[in-house]
Amino acid sequence: MASLNSTEQQRGISVSVQNLTKTYGKNKEVLAVDSVSFEVKKGELFGLIGPDGAGKTSIFRMLTTLLFPDSGSATVDGFDIVKDYRQIRNTVGYMPGRFSLYQDLTIAENLHFFATLFGTTVEENYHLIKDIYVQIEKFKTRRAGKLSGGMKQKLALCCALIHKPTVLFLDEPTTGVDPVSRKEFWEMLKRLKEQEISIVVSTPYMDEATMCDRIALIQGGKILSLDTPDNIIGAYPDTLFAVRSNNMYDLLRTLPQYENIKAHYAFGEFAHVSFKSGNASDLEKFLKQKGLSGIETKTVVPNIEDAFIKMLQS
Amino acid sequence: MKEIVIQTEKLSKIFGDFHAVDGISFEVYKGEIFGFLGANGAGKTTAMRMLCGLSHPTSGKAMVAGFDVFKQTEKIKKNIGYMSQKFSLYDDLTILENLELFGGIYGMSRKEIREKSQSLIEKLGLENESKKLVGSLPLGWKQKLAFSVSIFHEPKIVFLDEPTGGVDPVTRRQFWDLIYDAAHRGITVFVTTHYMDEAEYCNRISMMVDGRIEALGSPSELKAQFHTDNMDEVFYQLARAAKRSDS
Repeated sequence: MASLNSTEQQRGISVSVQNLTKTYGKNKEVLAVDSVSFEVKKGELFGLIGPDGAGKTSIFRMLTTLLFPDSGSATVDGFDIVKDYRQIRNTVGYMPGRFSLYQDLTIAENLHFFATLFGTTVEENYHLIKDIYVQIEKFKTRRAGKLSGGMKQKLALCCALIHKPTVLFLDEPTTGVDPVSRKEFWEMLKRLKEQEISIVVSTPYMDEATMCDRIALIQGGKILSLDTPDNIIGAYPDTLFAVRSNNMYDLLRTLPQYENIKAHYAFGEFAHVSFKSGNASDLEKFLKQKGLSGIETKTVVPNIEDAFIKMLQS
Repeated sequence: MKEIVIQTEKLSKIFGDFHAVDGISFEVYKGEIFGFLGANGAGKTTAMRMLCGLSHPTSGKAMVAGFDVFKQTEKIKKNIGYMSQKFSLYDDLTILENLELFGGIYGMSRKEIREKSQSLIEKLGLENESKKLVGSLPLGWKQKLAFSVSIFHEPKIVFLDEPTGGVDPVTRRQFWDLIYDAAHRGITVFVTTHYMDEAEYCNRISMMVDGRIEALGSPSELKAQFHTDNMDEVFYQLARAAKRSDS
């Protein structure tokens, strides 16, 4: 695959995925990944955004050569995921969704182990992990199994980075993590990007999409949309309104009764609403007639979650 | 006068010299949706385990559904429902079998289980799936079903531990519709979440920091108190002040 390797390299493409498909079950009855195609550029932070069961982990496992695809093809760093699996395993870093380090080795031992496995030393690539490692260094003699969730996550990231991978695959690194720690984790990723490592990251949290250069919104094994977060939001077709009243329960019950409504759903302290026809002041009148009070409406700029909901509902 | 269904007074749990839960006092009212928030490691899970009668408190007082968390843990367990993302239903049993099992565990009669199963399956529109294994259902369906099972025995309170983690945004909202319905029927909902938009759906919220409740109020009260217009910022301000870091 030397020729392919060089063409992909020249184009500055880190990961190239063509019609990748994966099924499970005796009769291939579960279609987990349904002809997915995308490219990740060198040094790009690329996000796979979608709920559990969307196929994110299957894609990761195929790209890291842990699963064979049923059909389609992909290259990572120019190497074919089926034929060149050995090279890929040497060049990529992978942080699976489930904590997969050795629980009975300490922080320092795990790190040393992974460095040795890849024929390098912790010292050689220490600059890559320094920012992250200093946060857990004082616990370096503690066994991995005894660490808190946040510390495990940081150690796993260090171990995935210690051989200086060209592409880093992070499968749901922030799931179950509180909003403050999630924000910190994304700040770490932004700094890694500056080291010219391509990063493919998955998340079920829609609000994290804006941290990526480009994203693929994925559901049911299919990519619904693929672009920069700004372009996806820019392509949102409707004018979106935020509506509030003193009673959210009553508001959510009453909105579907307004006949000119196109879409409506709860969004934090507001309900987001779009219209077939009609307008916000008509809706306000209607809600008042229905006995609601404290009504407030305003136009809002949609975000990725609005875009995702729109795609799921159309 | 609002009916109180959970009341704690200086409730604490100490492991060695670690004050996992450090003297929390609060009340939850009947039919309320109460959001129990905090950073990882703040002590939420430990507190919730005490309230469910699964962990013996070190000191303080707490009454849940009218029973004492020190002496009447078995009565508490019978009067509450519980659901988490990690444990919900048995994948290798059918929907009907799961209902029969959980109904049986909570001491419902066979007749009651049969009748309620039927109406629940109709309500969720699962007539064609009722004899299918739960493992074969899409995740979103499973979570909605798991919630319905957790209130199948009409508990006074249902405890939900990150019930919507990883669920798509449409299903997440359908899940909250079910929560609203349950609360409307008078079931108290005690819920933890990492989605700050869901915090807005709660009547009141408590914010735990380093084992203590540092803020408690309605979403609008908390936003006013912290001079911001969104719950994210309330969370950041409180969690950033934490000494006990998870990392």
